[in-house]
Amino acid sequence: MSNMQEIDLAECTLRDANSQLQGEDVTGAWVIRNPRGRHALAVGLTAPVDVLVDGQAGYYAAGMNQRANVTINGNAGPGVAENMMSGRVHVSGNASMAAGATGHGGLLVIDGDAGARCGISMKGIDIVVRGSVGHMSAFMAQSGTLVVCGEAGEALGDSLYEAKLFVRGDVKSLGADCEEKEMTPQDLAHLQSLLDRAGITEYPADSFRLYGSARRLYHFHVDNAAAY
Amino acid sequence: MCGIVGLFLKNPALQPELGLLTAQMLRVMTERGPDSAGFAVYGGARHGQTKITVRGLVPSDMAAFEKGLLACAGTGVTFLSRDDHTVITVPTEHEKAVRQFIAAFGHGVSFVASGDSIELYKGVGLPEDVATRFNLAGMSGTHAIGHTRMATESAVTTAGAHPFSTGPDQCLVHNGSLSNHNTLRRQLVREGLTFETENDSEVAAGYLSWRLSRGERLDEALTASLADLDGFYTFVVGTRDGFAVLRDPVACKPAVMAETDDYVAFASEYRAFAQLPGIGNATVFEPEPQRVYHWEHA
Amino acid sequence: MTDNSKKIPRTKPRFSATFDPFTISEIQRAAATGIYDIRGAGTKRKLPHFDDLLFLGASISRYPLEGYRERCDTDVVLGTRFARKPIRLKTPVTIAGMSFGALSAQAKEALGRGASAVGTSTTTGDGGMTPEERGHSSILVYQYLPSRYGMNPDDLRRADAIEVVVGQGAKPGGGGMLLGQKISSRVAKMRDLPEGIDQRSACRHPDWTGPDDLEIKIEELREITNWEKPIYLKIGASRPYYDVSLAVKAGADVVVLDGMQGGTAATQEVFIEHVGLPILSAIRSAVQALQDLGMHRKVQLIVSGGIRSGADMAKALALGADAVAIGTAALVALGDQSPDLAEEYARLGTVPGAYDDWQDGRDPAGITTQDPELAARLDPVLGGRRIANYLSVMTMEAQAIARACGKSHLHNLEPEDMVALTMEAAAMTRIPLAGTEWYPGKGSF
Repeated sequence: MSNMQEIDLAECTLRDANSQLQGEDVTGAWVIRNPRGRHALAVGLTAPVDVLVDGQAGYYAAGMNQRANVTINGNAGPGVAENMMSGRVHVSGNASMAAGATGHGGLLVIDGDAGARCGISMKGIDIVVRGSVGHMSAFMAQSGTLVVCGEAGEALGDSLYEAKLFVRGDVKSLGADCEEKEMTPQDLAHLQSLLDRAGITEYPADSFRLYGSARRLYHFHVDNAAAY
Repeated sequence: MCGIVGLFLKNPALQPELGLLTAQMLRVMTERGPDSAGFAVYGGARHGQTKITVRGLVPSDMAAFEKGLLACAGTGVTFLSRDDHTVITVPTEHEKAVRQFIAAFGHGVSFVASGDSIELYKGVGLPEDVATRFNLAGMSGTHAIGHTRMATESAVTTAGAHPFSTGPDQCLVHNGSLSNHNTLRRQLVREGLTFETENDSEVAAGYLSWRLSRGERLDEALTASLADLDGFYTFVVGTRDGFAVLRDPVACKPAVMAETDDYVAFASEYRAFAQLPGIGNATVFEPEPQRVYHWEHA
Repeated sequence: MTDNSKKIPRTKPRFSATFDPFTISEIQRAAATGIYDIRGAGTKRKLPHFDDLLFLGASISRYPLEGYRERCDTDVVLGTRFARKPIRLKTPVTIAGMSFGALSAQAKEALGRGASAVGTSTTTGDGGMTPEERGHSSILVYQYLPSRYGMNPDDLRRADAIEVVVGQGAKPGGGGMLLGQKISSRVAKMRDLPEGIDQRSACRHPDWTGPDDLEIKIEELREITNWEKPIYLKIGASRPYYDVSLAVKAGADVVVLDGMQGGTAATQEVFIEHVGLPILSAIRSAVQALQDLGMHRKVQLIVSGGIRSGADMAKALALGADAVAIGTAALVALGDQSPDLAEEYARLGTVPGAYDDWQDGRDPAGITTQDPELAARLDPVLGGRRIANYLSVMTMEAQAIARACGKSHLHNLEPEDMVALTMEAAAMTRIPLAGTEWYPGKGSF
């Protein structure tokens, strides 16, 4: 975009940068230059603005996002888009641990890999990872969807509630109470729409497998005690 | 609870810049560890010579110290003082005698590290100040490991700063918190090890040195630590020829690595890499839990 | 023959002190069910407590203030370190975090009404902020917990302070648990969980571990809330010297230190009774940590866990706390354990004063329940009045003690105004044993 408003973190403080973006009446397209792995970049946004973080982001980039469209042109540190409510966050590189943690809504797209605990305790967010995710991803995931085009690390979906996990590659191991599910036409359609929204055209929806909760831990049973 | 950095150079042309690059990485990790900082720089190994780093030598004691050294190691001894640390290079056959002399010297002088190529510096204060005090930016070498500390349970002292060296050319830095270090320390003391601090990380360093002293390879010793060390940790371990990285099974403490044809870098956060040459084209990844990563000069 | 048998003395049945009747019943219960006992409330064992300290009062060497006439201020400001909008309480006793879910909406509303009436704060819990409690609480502290149930930036900005919960006194190091009976449709919706299932919640935060990462988390929360809100950090008392030091290093404005007497909605009995420190033993080292960092009174300290009266409050403040928080006591003030409910308690297999099945959701007082019929028993207006009364009594009691010690402000109480009654209390608080100048560890033996 030609009329991008520019924030240069080499010349202003994080507070200045975030406060320029946080107002209800902020509009248009913004670019944050020289992010240099700073933490808490573009957090708490509430207006439907476009923000490009041009470089590496530290912890909690776009945390608690509402409505904004944030793109990180680089890698993102731990907890990118944590507790996101709505809007869209796009990481062009890798994301570190706990990407999309506890997110309630919106779409998080990661073009590279995501680290451990991707989508931990997710509560309605949709996460699409073009690469692979680390161990304990979707731990205690409550609702929403995690799509992994690559592989998943150990203990995928441990203590899962009602979130849906689509994985295309190998799953190193499933966590307690996570099992493979039959994919219904609705699941396929849902997956396809997420792939479309994430701009992923190279993988057909039917090349994924679906994992979900076996719901054996929903009510305590003595024979499952070791799984708690 | 801390920040860790490590830089292993594959391309010898970068060796003169090792200290500068390490200093830049260390400074970025200040917020993770404002209490103290330290670093080990490897390089300049010469056959038949051993480097010994000591700290606490003050100018008024220098003459007496020098005299004692000459007495036990002859004229082949050289010195280089940086702030309160001094690196002594001695013919290897005299190392034992010199170590004994240092241990007996008193006057607040204490042994820090020794080996063919390790030099180890640490101090209380902001990482940038510590690095400046020792002129880290001016150092060259093959690889370096640094640490910034936010003290959890043990005291903020120079002795409590990382890296910890408990064996020849070995050092360890740690981010995390071990939960069984007291029991392990007691076991290692029974095996004959001595510890300078109450720090959990020193126990981890001692544990690895103990296993290496029994003839295990570094990767074997690190793999064994997965069973014997409990708690949360990211370790970076330096040896004469390289360094290794290990994360505990839960892997909560951050760790990120970057590799190019010229170097392998480690840090607690991406941002520490920002000023490394060619970082834009590096392969960046997070080390997996329970997996030993190991780089060595051939 | 019958006469003869009567003459033989019979030994009385003798209960083992080790295998006492409670222990035996617990083994029998465990064998029958295969699960540890889960209950609410706090520890029930006898612990060194504030009762083991006494105030000296004034006499000739010190002069007392006239009760009701001469000034004895009680206000406290929390969050003066970094927050642009610190909190001002009229009295240094606040309502501790208790969730909607653990408590009924009526109970939450009553707590808000009562706290607001006396100018103090109340706190949300694991499960989010309800409009009722926001509406009825003039000062509301919003808890930021590992589960992040109901966490959202709008409520974060609506709050007056944010309390990052690392742990609680009843179970330092433990996660949460809410049994299916209490996951009503509203609770389930707020927490984004299926209705009626057992809810497990995590013991660690999902996106940070340790003080170095916590510092970054606090920065994020401040950035989202324009650096206005005080950031509290709540810890269960376990290693208070280190934890308080690290809380300060991580950038907290206020530290909340919760002793093992602190209540819980539902936790393993073994956790409640065997993990953590009594609050009496934790305050002095927490204060020491603040003093060593030069941050005493700059980072405020709130203590909780078994606070019952103005005397407890005055003692906590004299030990160096800036305020206290109450939880269990507030529930009692609302009507928990009422003798009027004896018959209903009997049907639940308990008696007034011992009811602790807060996890079951069948609370006849209508407090720890999500059952609409039971919850309707609690009138939030009347409940609010009872809370306000109780908080006022606590404040007046503390003032009475402070005046007797010659203090025109509660914060001028100091450790030297007290003596210890037991060696244990003296050792834990470094307050001299009554009648001596000595506490264990002072001088040489």
